[in-house]
Amino acid sequence: MSIDRTILPIELEQVVFAPRDQVLLGPINLTLGAHARTVIMGANGSGKSLLLRLCHGLIAPTSGVIRCGEQAGDPQTACIRKRQAMVFQRPVMMRRSVRGNVLYALRLRGVRGSRAEQLTQQALALVGLEALAKRSARVLSGGEQQRLALARAWVIRPEVLFLDEPTASLDPDATKAVEAAVQRFAEQGTRIIMTTHSTSQARRIADMGIWLDQGQVTQHDPLVRRTL
Amino acid sequence: MLDAFAGAAGLLLTGDPTLTHIVGLSLRVSLSAVLVASVLALPVGAALALFRFPGRTGVVVLLNALMGLPPVVAGLIVYILLSRAGPLGSLGLLFTPQAMVIVQSLLIFPIVAALTRQMVSDLWVEYREQLTSLGASRVRAIPSLLWDARFSLVTALLAGFGRAVAEVGAVLIVGGNIDGVTRVMTTAIALETNKGNLSLALALGVILMGLTLAVNAVAFAVGEFSRRRYGV
Amino acid sequence: MTIRNSLGFWLGVALLVLTSHTVNGQDRGFITVASTTSTQNSGLFDTLIPQFEAATGIAVRIVAVGTGQALRIGCNGDADAVLVHAPAAEQAFVDQGCGVDRREVMFNDFVLIGPRADPANVAAADSAIDAFARIATEQAAFASRGDDSGTHKKELSIWQAADIAPAGGWYRALGAGMGAALNTAAAMNAYVMSDRATWISFNNRQDLSIVYQGDPRLFNQYASVLVNPERHPIQYDLAQVWHNWLVSSAGQAAIADYRLRGQALFTPNAP
Repeated sequence: MSIDRTILPIELEQVVFAPRDQVLLGPINLTLGAHARTVIMGANGSGKSLLLRLCHGLIAPTSGVIRCGEQAGDPQTACIRKRQAMVFQRPVMMRRSVRGNVLYALRLRGVRGSRAEQLTQQALALVGLEALAKRSARVLSGGEQQRLALARAWVIRPEVLFLDEPTASLDPDATKAVEAAVQRFAEQGTRIIMTTHSTSQARRIADMGIWLDQGQVTQHDPLVRRTL
Repeated sequence: MLDAFAGAAGLLLTGDPTLTHIVGLSLRVSLSAVLVASVLALPVGAALALFRFPGRTGVVVLLNALMGLPPVVAGLIVYILLSRAGPLGSLGLLFTPQAMVIVQSLLIFPIVAALTRQMVSDLWVEYREQLTSLGASRVRAIPSLLWDARFSLVTALLAGFGRAVAEVGAVLIVGGNIDGVTRVMTTAIALETNKGNLSLALALGVILMGLTLAVNAVAFAVGEFSRRRYGV
Repeated sequence: MTIRNSLGFWLGVALLVLTSHTVNGQDRGFITVASTTSTQNSGLFDTLIPQFEAATGIAVRIVAVGTGQALRIGCNGDADAVLVHAPAAEQAFVDQGCGVDRREVMFNDFVLIGPRADPANVAAADSAIDAFARIATEQAAFASRGDDSGTHKKELSIWQAADIAPAGGWYRALGAGMGAALNTAAAMNAYVMSDRATWISFNNRQDLSIVYQGDPRLFNQYASVLVNPERHPIQYDLAQVWHNWLVSSAGQAAIADYRLRGQALFTPNAP
C-alpha cells in the first residue's frame, strides 16, 4: 500500500449538516483520532451516524470544513478515504465467498495475487473466520457477517476505523467476539472511532468519549476503560 | 395432416442433415447476437443505473420503449443500412449470417440493457454506502456490480436469446433465407409451410418450442441455484 | 478470482468460433442471384445449382422474393444477377441501367386453380379472359398474389385485357408468395392463378384443382439478366459464368431433365 500522508487528526470546524434546510447536525467543532479509541454516544436521532458518515466522506457537510492531517490545498480532498475504513450496523455482504469479500477490498487498493491471499488469511484469522473462508458470505449468521465486515475493513490496514453501532443487532456472544476483534485492531495501531448507545460497551472499549444530543456535542471527556 | 406429424417424427429421430444444419445456424446466429449485444448492453445498463446526467430519464424511457421495437422495423432499418445502395453497403454484409447477427443484436440490446439497469440499480441501493466506503468509484463499481448480479443477468441474457431465436421477420429481410447460408429455424418454417411441406416445418417447430422451453427451464434453475447458494 | 481472468479469454474464444464463416468448400467464391418464390418453390434450384457448382466451382446463393423486389435488389447491387419472369419489367430493368444482357432461359405456363365445385363455371371458359370474366361476374372468391411479382403482373394484365378492374370483397389481394397464396386459397376455397411448377410441387391442395389451362396468354417466360457492373461492385465475372451456363447446352439440359412427380416443370427455350 502506498505511503500517503497521515489523515490524523480529523478536525471538524463549524461543520453543519442541514439537508433541505433542516439542521440535523452542528455546528460541530471537534478533533478526532487523538486517542486510540474514541466512542461517540447519544440517543437515537442525536446525529451519531451522521457525524461518522461526514468524517468518512460518505456525505458532504452543508457548511464548515473537515480537515484530515496536515492539509495542503483543498481541505475536502485531504481526507483520503484510502486510509480509512468503516463497518456499518448492518453489514453488506457481496455475493461471493467470505474470502472473496476480503480479497475484493484488497483488489480495490491494488493488492492482488499471493500477497492478497496472505493478508486475507491473516485478517480472517484475526476475527476467527478462517474455517468459513470458502462459504458464501450471505449465508453466514449476523455475528459472523459482522466479523467478516471487520476483517474486510481492517485488511487494508486503515489508519482510522469507523464503526457505526456494530453490535446493535447482535447477541451477547457475537458482541463479545466483535469487541475482541476491535481490541486487537486497536492494539495493532488502528485508531478506533465507534458509535454506540451502550455506556457499558463504551467503558469496555474506549479511552475517549463524546456525547451528542440533538446534533450538538454536549460532552467530550476521556474515559477510564473498565474491562469486564 | 397426420402424415406431416409422422414425417416430422422421422426427421427428428434420424437427425436429418438439413435439419441439423438449420438448427446449428440458428443457434450460432442467436448466441453470437446475445454475446455482441451483451458486451455493449451490460456496461450501458450498469452505467445508466449508476450515473446521473441531463436527459437520463429520456434515455431510460427510450430504452424501455425499444424493448418493444417491432422486429420487422429493425429488419428494414438494417436492410437499408447494409444494402449496396446504402451507407454501409461497401461492407457487403447483406444476405449473410453476419447481417442476421447484427439485426438480432439490435433487438436484444434494449432488453438486456433495460433489465441490467433495473438489476444493477436495485443492487446499488443495497451496496452503495459499502462500496463507496471501500473506495470503489462508480466506474470501478460497475464490473463488481455486474459480477454480483450475475445470476439475474443470466436470466436477462436468456430472455434476449429467447427473443432472438424466435424472430422471423427481421432475419428474413436481411438474411434472404438463402438455403444453407442464411436459413434459420424460423425462416425455414415459414418457407416450408408456404411450400406445403408441413413435415419439415413441424419438425423445426418442435425443436424451436423445445429450445424455448429449455431456455426457460435453465433461467428458472439459475434463479433457484442462486437463491439457495447465496440467499436472497 | 482466476475465474474472472479466464472469463474474458473464453468469451473471446466463443466470439471467434461463433462468428467465423463456414466456408462451403467452393473454389472460386459465390454469387448472389435474386429470383422469385415460384422458381424456388418448384425445386428447380435444388438440382440446377449443384450441377453448376460441380461444373464451375462457383457457389450460388438464391434470394427468393417477388419479381418486383428481386429487380429492386438487382438495382441496389445486392445481387449479381436476377432470374425472373416478367418481360416488361425486365426490359425496364435494362432500360434503367440496372441490368445488362437479358437472355431468355426457359418457360412454363400459368394455370387457373379453383375449388372442385367451380361456382363460376370456369371449366367451360374458352379463354383466359373469359375465365377471369366469369369469376368477376360470379363474384367468386379470388386470391391474388398482390405482391408485384411476375405472377401478379401477369394476372393484372389479364384483368386489364378483360377490361375489368377487380375490386370488392371477393377479390383478395394477399401480398404473399406463390406458396402462401395457394395455402390461403386452399383455406378460403378460392380461385387463384399459379405457375404450373409451384402447383405441381404444392402439397396442401385440399379441395383445389386445375380448372382452366392452355391459353397462350398464360405463357410464362423466364429470363436471366446480369446486374450492371458499372453501377455497383458486383461479382460480374462469376455472374457471367452462371448467365452463360444457363443458356448453354449443359444448363438447358439440366432444366429439361428436372422433373417433379414425373412431370417436367420447365421447358428450356434459350435461342
